[in-house]
Amino acid sequence: MVDVPYDGIAGIPPAEVPDVELYHPKSWWTRYVFSQDAKVIAVQYSLTASAIGLVALVLSWLMRLQLGFPGTFSFIDANQYLQFITMHGMIMVIYLLTALFLGGFGNYLIPLMVGARDMVFPYVNMLSYWVYLLAVLVLASTFFVPGGPTGAGWTLYPPQAILSGTPGQDWGIILMMASLILFIIGFTMGGLNYVVTVLQARTRGMTLMRLPLTVWGIFTATVMALLAFPALFVASVMLLLDRLLGTSFFMPSLVEMGTLSKYSGGSPLLFQHLFWFFGHPEVYIVALPAFGIVSDLISTHARKNIFGYRMMVWAIVGIGALSFVVWAHHMYVSGMFPQFGYFFATTTLIIAVPTAIKVYNWVLTLWRGDIHLTVPMLFALGFIITFVNGGLTGLFLGNVVVDVPLSDTMFVVAHFHMVMGVAPIMVVLGAIYHWYPKVTGRMLNDVLGKFHFWVTFLGAYLIFFPMHYLGLLGVPRRYFELGDAAFIPPSAHSLNAFISVVALTVGFSQMVFLFNLVWSLFRGEPSGGNPWRATTLEWQTPETPPGHGNWGKELPIVYRWAYDYSVPGAEQDFIPQNQPPRATRAAQGAAS
Amino acid sequence: MAVALILLLVAIGSVLFHLYSPWWWTPIATDWSYIDHTISITFWITGVVFTAVIAFMAYCVFRFHHREGRRADYNPENKKLEWWLSVGTGVGVAAMLAPGLVVWHQFVTVPADATEVEVMGQQWQWSFRLPGKDGRLGTSDVRNINPENPLGLNRDDPHGQDDVVIENGDLHLPIGKPVKVLLRSVDVLHDFYVPEFRAKMDMVPGMVTYFWIKPIRTGTFDVLCAELCGAAHYQMRAKVTVDNESDYHAWLEQQKTFAELSGRNAVVRATYQSGGK
Repeated sequence: MVDVPYDGIAGIPPAEVPDVELYHPKSWWTRYVFSQDAKVIAVQYSLTASAIGLVALVLSWLMRLQLGFPGTFSFIDANQYLQFITMHGMIMVIYLLTALFLGGFGNYLIPLMVGARDMVFPYVNMLSYWVYLLAVLVLASTFFVPGGPTGAGWTLYPPQAILSGTPGQDWGIILMMASLILFIIGFTMGGLNYVVTVLQARTRGMTLMRLPLTVWGIFTATVMALLAFPALFVASVMLLLDRLLGTSFFMPSLVEMGTLSKYSGGSPLLFQHLFWFFGHPEVYIVALPAFGIVSDLISTHARKNIFGYRMMVWAIVGIGALSFVVWAHHMYVSGMFPQFGYFFATTTLIIAVPTAIKVYNWVLTLWRGDIHLTVPMLFALGFIITFVNGGLTGLFLGNVVVDVPLSDTMFVVAHFHMVMGVAPIMVVLGAIYHWYPKVTGRMLNDVLGKFHFWVTFLGAYLIFFPMHYLGLLGVPRRYFELGDAAFIPPSAHSLNAFISVVALTVGFSQMVFLFNLVWSLFRGEPSGGNPWRATTLEWQTPETPPGHGNWGKELPIVYRWAYDYSVPGAEQDFIPQNQPPRATRAAQGAAS
Repeated sequence: MAVALILLLVAIGSVLFHLYSPWWWTPIATDWSYIDHTISITFWITGVVFTAVIAFMAYCVFRFHHREGRRADYNPENKKLEWWLSVGTGVGVAAMLAPGLVVWHQFVTVPADATEVEVMGQQWQWSFRLPGKDGRLGTSDVRNINPENPLGLNRDDPHGQDDVVIENGDLHLPIGKPVKVLLRSVDVLHDFYVPEFRAKMDMVPGMVTYFWIKPIRTGTFDVLCAELCGAAHYQMRAKVTVDNESDYHAWLEQQKTFAELSGRNAVVRATYQSGGK
C-alpha cells in the first residue's frame, strides 16, 4: 500500500466559533500590565498568588515555632497565634491554591490546550485579575489595621468571629469579609471565561473526549466553583450585616463579656451549612485541576497513554457532582440533627470509589511505561503517595462515628494538609517544572529541581504523617499551648519540636526553588518548543513562548486524542494532536 | 534503583511507625470501645490499600524506568480490570461504612434509663448542673443570666430549685450508669472534649446539644474545649472524675443546690443592705 498523505479534514466538523480578531496592545502598559492576553494574566495571577502564598508560608513558620517550642518566643502571644492560623489557612486555600490553579494554570493552559487564540472575553478576564489583586491587597491590609487580622480560624464561625473575645474583631473580620466578596466577584468573571472558552472556543476537531485531562479538571472545578462560591458570598454578606448593622442571621441571644447582647433569634449552624456547602466543593476545586494536571504529567513522562481515559473523565465529573452532597461531614459534631450522619457518611464514602479509580489509573499508567524520572515525574510520584495517604485518612473522618473522637484534633490538621495542601502543591510544583519551558523558553535547573523535590516531598511527609498520631492521642487543634494535660506525654512535645524543625527546613528549601525560577529565566538551558516531546497542543505552537494569538495565521486542526504516546508502528514515541493521520492508518482504522 | 527503593521505604516506614510509635489513643474510660474497633477496622483496610498501591508504584518505577531503546506499551483501557477494581473498592468501603453506621446508631440512641447532666460553656470556663431529688433539670434561658444566676436558671421553675449547680468547678460522674450529657453555651461555640470518653459534641448558643456515655473505669480526666472559642480557648479546662457509687454520693452531698446558692446570695445581699447586721 502506498503511504499517501491524507489530511483527514473532511470528516471534522467546523469549530463552534469562527476565528476572531483579537484586541492588539498598542503600548507597553496594555501589553504587560493592563493586558488582555490570557498568558500575561496567567503570569500576573501566578505571581500575585505566590507572593501572598509566601506570606502564608512565613505565618506557618511562626506557628510551628510556637507549637514546637512553646514559651520560647515571647513575640508570639495567644491572639497572634490565632491570627497566624486564620490567615495561613485562608490564604493557602483561597488566595493561593484556588487562584493559582484556576487563574494561573487555567488562564495559561485552557486557550493553548483547546487550540483557541485567547479566552472568549479577554476584557472581563483582565478585570478578573485586577479585582483579585484588590482582594489580596484588602486581605494583606488587615495586618496593618488596629487590632490586626481576624483570629476566628479560617472557617470564621460565628458567633465568635464577630464578638470581642476574638482578635481582629473590629477591623480584621470586616476586611476579611470584604476581601472574600471581592475575590468571589473577581473569580466569577474569570470562571465564566474558562467555562465558555472550553465549551465554545475549541478548535476544529477538538471534541470534548479529546481534551487533555488538565482541561477536564480545570473546567469541572470552575463549574463547581461557580456553583459553590455564591454560598460563601451570601454567608459573607450576612455575617457582615450581623457585624455592622446588628442583624441576627447567625446570632442567637447570647452573653458577650458578661452582658446580654442585642442579638436574638439567629442560627450559628446556618453559617456552618452555608460555609461548608462552599467549603467542601472547594476541596475538589483545588483537587480536580491537580488530578487533571498530574494525569498529563504522568502520561507524558511515562511515554504512555493515560490508562482508562474515559473512566478518568467520568470520575472527574462524578466526583464534582458528588462533592455537592457531602458538605455536612464537616459538621458531624456540630450539634446538627444527628440522623443526618447516616446520609452524609454514606455519600462521603461513596466518593472514595471514583477517587480510588483515579489512583489505580495513575499507577496503571506507569505499568509497562517508559518512565523518565524527570523532576515533573518525581513530583507526580510524590503527589500519588501523599494523595493516597491523605485520601485514606479521609475515610476515617468521613465515617461519621470514627470522626467523633478525631474531629477537632491534630488528626484533622494532618489529614487536610496531606490531601489538599501537600498533594496539590506537589502537582503545582511539578507543573511549574513541566510548563516553565513553554512560558519562558528555558529549562529549570535539574539538579536544583531534584534537591527541591526530595527535601519538599520527604520533609512534608515527615511533618504530616506523624502528626496524625498526635491527633489519635487526642491533641486538639488550634491550641496556642497544650499546657498541663495528663494524657499528653513528654514525647508528644518532642514530636512537636521535631515537626517544627522539619517544617522550617522544608520552608527554606522553597528558597532554592525561587532562586531556580529567577536564575533559569536568564541562565537556563534553552528549551525549544517541545522539550518533553509531548502531544498536546500547547507544545505545538509556532513560537515559544507563544505569541499574542497563540497560533500564527491558521488555527491548529486536531485529529486525535491527547495521549498518542508509543503508538505501535509510529516512528516517534509521541504523535501530536494536530498531526494528520496517514492514509495507512486511516485504512487500518476503517478495516478494524 | 534509588527512587523505587525510597518510595518503597516510605510505605514500609509508615507501617513500622504505625506499629512502633509511642503515640496511640488514650485508655478508654467509657464503653465506646465500639468506636475504637471501627477505627481499627479502618486502619487495617486503609493500611493494606496504602501499602499495596505504593509497593506497586515502586515496582513500576523499578521495572519500567527509562533505559536506552525501551518503548512503552500502548494500552488505552481495560474495562474488565477497571470494573473489578471498582467493585473491590466498593466492597472495602462498605466494610468500613457498615460497622460505622451501626455504631453511629448506638451513638445517637440514648438509653431510656440515662440520667441527665448539663455542661455549660462560656468564655472561658465550664459549669455543670445535675438534677436534684426530682430527677429533672429546671428550665433555663440566657436572658436570666446575672452575677447571682450565672447559669441563667428560671427562678419560677420548681424543678430547678433542687438542681445541683457547680460553677467553674469539676464534675463527678458515677461509674457504670449511662449519662446523657446535655450541652449548652451562653456565648460562642465550645466543645466538651474528654479524650478518654471518645464522645464529643459542640455546644451552640441558642441550642441544647447532647451525647451519651457509660463510664466504665474510675479516674480523673482532663476536660478540654475542642471548638475554637476565642483568645483563651487553650486555657478553657476543667476535670471530670468518674467515681464509684459511694464516693460519688459523698461528693454529691457537698454540692450546693440552686435554691441554696440563691438563698445564700439573698442573705449576703440582705446583710449588705442592712449595713452588716
